[in-house]
Amino acid sequence: MRTRRLPASLVLGAVLTALVVGAALLSLAWTPFPAEQIRVVARLRPPGPEHWLGTDHFGRDVLSMILVGARNSLAVGAAAVALGAALGVPLGLAAAVWGRWGDEAVARLADLTFAFPAVLTAILLTAVLGAGAVNVVLALGLFNAAVFVRVTRGAALAVWRREFVRAALALGRGPLSVTLVHVLPNVAGVVIVQATVLFAVAILNEAALSYLGLGIQPPSPSWGKMLGDAQTFLFTAPLQAIFPGGAIALTVLGLNLLGDGLRDLLDPRHRSSGVL
Amino acid sequence: MPNRTARLALAAALALGAVTFGTAPTPARAQARADLVVGMRLEPPHLDPTAGAAAAIKEVTYANLFEPLLRVGPEGNLIPGLAERWTVSADGLTYTFLLRPNAKFHDGRLADSAAVKFSLDRARGADSVNAQKSYFAAIAAVDAPDPHTAVVTLSRPDGLFLFHMATGDAAIVGPDSAAGNKQTPVGTGPFKFERWVAGDRVVLARNPDYDGPKPALERVTFRFISDPAAQVAALKAGDIDSFPQFDTYEALPQFRNDRAFTVMVGTTEGETILSTNNARKPFDDVRVRRAMAHAIDRKTLIEGVLFGNGSAIGSHFPPHRAGYVDLTGLYPYDPTKAKALLAQAGYPNGFDTVLKLPPPIYARRSGELIAAMLAEVGIRAKVEPMEWAPWLEKVFKGKDYDLTLIAHTEPLDIDVYARPDYYFNYKSERFNAVQAELDRTQDMDKRNFLYGEQQRVLADDAVNGFLFMLPAATVQKAGLQGMWLNRPVQANDVTGVRWK
Repeated sequence: MRTRRLPASLVLGAVLTALVVGAALLSLAWTPFPAEQIRVVARLRPPGPEHWLGTDHFGRDVLSMILVGARNSLAVGAAAVALGAALGVPLGLAAAVWGRWGDEAVARLADLTFAFPAVLTAILLTAVLGAGAVNVVLALGLFNAAVFVRVTRGAALAVWRREFVRAALALGRGPLSVTLVHVLPNVAGVVIVQATVLFAVAILNEAALSYLGLGIQPPSPSWGKMLGDAQTFLFTAPLQAIFPGGAIALTVLGLNLLGDGLRDLLDPRHRSSGVL
Repeated sequence: MPNRTARLALAAALALGAVTFGTAPTPARAQARADLVVGMRLEPPHLDPTAGAAAAIKEVTYANLFEPLLRVGPEGNLIPGLAERWTVSADGLTYTFLLRPNAKFHDGRLADSAAVKFSLDRARGADSVNAQKSYFAAIAAVDAPDPHTAVVTLSRPDGLFLFHMATGDAAIVGPDSAAGNKQTPVGTGPFKFERWVAGDRVVLARNPDYDGPKPALERVTFRFISDPAAQVAALKAGDIDSFPQFDTYEALPQFRNDRAFTVMVGTTEGETILSTNNARKPFDDVRVRRAMAHAIDRKTLIEGVLFGNGSAIGSHFPPHRAGYVDLTGLYPYDPTKAKALLAQAGYPNGFDTVLKLPPPIYARRSGELIAAMLAEVGIRAKVEPMEWAPWLEKVFKGKDYDLTLIAHTEPLDIDVYARPDYYFNYKSERFNAVQAELDRTQDMDKRNFLYGEQQRVLADDAVNGFLFMLPAATVQKAGLQGMWLNRPVQANDVTGVRWK
């Protein structure tokens, strides 16, 4: 048995992600102040012993908002990825089985979804349905579904051409059974890697939408909204932008590194590089 | 290649120049500048003030390019415009305007009584696209007995007629040029249109043929910068000389502390209100509306939204106008009383509602704070941000809303509460009776008394949440004189601006 050292990106990514998840979980039990508590008299305080990261323009505690914001970001990101996977993976697997124009239809549908950038789709959808976290999840989830379809279908088609699948078919197994027993386990790695990457993209897009006022609605704090609010304070209180901006950057970096690391770990073709 | 050499040489020369000038003693003061760059938040959709409601149109053209018969002065007083003098008949039905004898349009044609007749008839015509058609609704006939005299006959007395004839919507346009005014405006003002770089600027040049006093400035550029951070940067970089209606109030202290700039904070006509759909449950109950009035802490709101730069109002009337009655003490901030009133109205546990917010920062911020204040007394208001087009369509025109928040910037617009189809859905016999009397009244003291009555009725009914007056903050380079402190009408009148 051969032991391998874990990829550096995986370790760093896992640590950063754990940090964010930890912050989100912590916010469920404790924040220094109630994150929605407004105290205009205490606005724009610099970081200090009472407010570790200072206060925003309404006197809310920035650290508390960052912690609850982590929870909101992760929740929206996770929901968007889960929705995308729940729709996209079965469709992708089915397309690989159907072949011909069943496959063609699914693939073109995915292409169509791709033709519109995720943020644009989300803006359109929130314009019609109204702003809010649920609609953001819906919009990003649909976009993610298209990505999952494409990735799953591609990987599944490759598996279907392998000898052991042909052997299973020759032994009289039906397409459903082959899909579940042979294809799904072999595409799982790719799907998991894709999920971490899409998770990061979803968080970034959620921040963009909240920045535009279309995402998570006040009073619940979100990093994107905090950035939007901070915009007019760039010259007077730049820290207002740096904290939520940093939180978004670290989260996305963490998830991307985690995705890279997982790919190195799970995908044999990438194993030679990036090993500690 | 030679091009590049030339550029290098130029760069070297500039660098040397910079060094030389940098070490030289301060040069003697140069001749006063004759150009001005004015910053604006929004770009006008076109430049015809008689064909659009967008304030930005008037903020470029009013008094500079186009002149109405009368003008509104810096303090809200009426001053001569295209008409030198005017008289009103005793019954308040006949207005006679005597025009400036040598007034000409920028295309050289005479601005005579025929042009006045054309402009007013166009504004009140069936196919008029004027944004304020009601301003002209009382006109029965416009006559031009001689080239310099225009006589307007009204079908009913209209106490605000002269004031309305002094707004940009009543600008006098030329029969031959009116059709093209949206892109190439031709007016009678002391500046004429030079060019419009879409998305960036509109440039006006001094009109050498103007028949009145010539402005000190030769060229005026209006630059459009929507991003608040970019506005601050443009001012700091010296790209903008004056930014009227600067609404990034949190940035004012840094300009106040900088001797290169002056900051003025005046008043607008913008009564900022929590507009309430009076026809919809539970807001049709005056106790609910009064409860909301008690739940809103205006002091905190003004501090949080305007950084202290604004004054509270207790009704729909600006404190700087004659006729104002201070009703801000009627519903003091008192969450306990608010809860009691809600319980009386049958909502001991509050209720759920939606607060729809248009894009301006003041609206978004106020909405967030008010939602938090209402939550304190049990009213759970979901905040819903909207873009301008859907807001105008759904809320303002469609009246599909519970609560919204907006500044009503038209001057002397308390009469909107008498409009039967206005988006507040407010109906009051008491108010309408006073309005009818106001329309019949010319005497200023009597009018002011009636305005007071109207304010009391509105405050008593707590029609809307009356919040604050939107301030008019102007940030500009030190040494610039003549920009307006207040904003009594939608305008950036630069005709009296000069550099010291």
